[in-house]
Amino acid sequence: MSIRVRAQESNGVINIRALMSHDMLVPEDDGGPHFIETVEIGRNGETVLTANWNYTVSRNPFVQTEIDGSAGDTVSVSWTDNKGESDSTEVEVG
Amino acid sequence: MISTKRRVFLKGTLAAGTVGVAVGAGLLAPSKLLAAWPSEAFAAEGLEAAMEAVTGSSDIADGDVTLSAPEIAENGAVVPVSIESSLDDITEMAVFVELNNQPLTAHYVLGDGAHANISGRIRMGESSNVVAAVKSGDTWYKTVQEVKVTVGGCGG
Repeated sequence: MSIRVRAQESNGVINIRALMSHDMLVPEDDGGPHFIETVEIGRNGETVLTANWNYTVSRNPFVQTEIDGSAGDTVSVSWTDNKGESDSTEVEVG
Repeated sequence: MISTKRRVFLKGTLAAGTVGVAVGAGLLAPSKLLAAWPSEAFAAEGLEAAMEAVTGSSDIADGDVTLSAPEIAENGAVVPVSIESSLDDITEMAVFVELNNQPLTAHYVLGDGAHANISGRIRMGESSNVVAAVKSGDTWYKTVQEVKVTVGGCGG
């Protein structure tokens, strides 16, 4: 499992791109459905965006968004799936 | 007689108590309620039921919502979709695929500092309308685009 995050600030706006490694199994798959239900994107410890997903989000999910902030802020991305597995990471905004 | 009145009084108190608890929960933890994974909305079958579960209505107005998706997606397993809106005070956004078994694909809750600009990649089982909806203030607005899928992406 891993999450790759890029967070770049420009004019007070942080552009965030996150790529999560997860098979996102649909109900027809062996062991499915097994998918990320919730992703939380935070800045300096506060949740800014919560994503609730179905298994119809593509395998190895990618999300891009923008939030207010500055270079040097800490951006966190964490996910929880429907079987209770989770992962999280933090990056400093460039 | 006395016991009967007492029962009425108790029933009234219980009812008021229930309302009070419900209101209290709504007032004290709205963000937590919003953030809970909306299982009923995701399980809803059919676009109207899914939209109603998320927005409270299956008949929401077209509005200033930009949905960017390919007109033709060769691979239904990976369809890039972006939603954006310049409406004020957007607190929720949602993406529905009309002809997927479970139309609700993604639901976003925006906190302070979040911009109404989110991109991702979704699965489509077949060619279908895609609906992007945003909640501005207390009102939901939507836009619809058809995406033709060459090879479906929902089967096992």
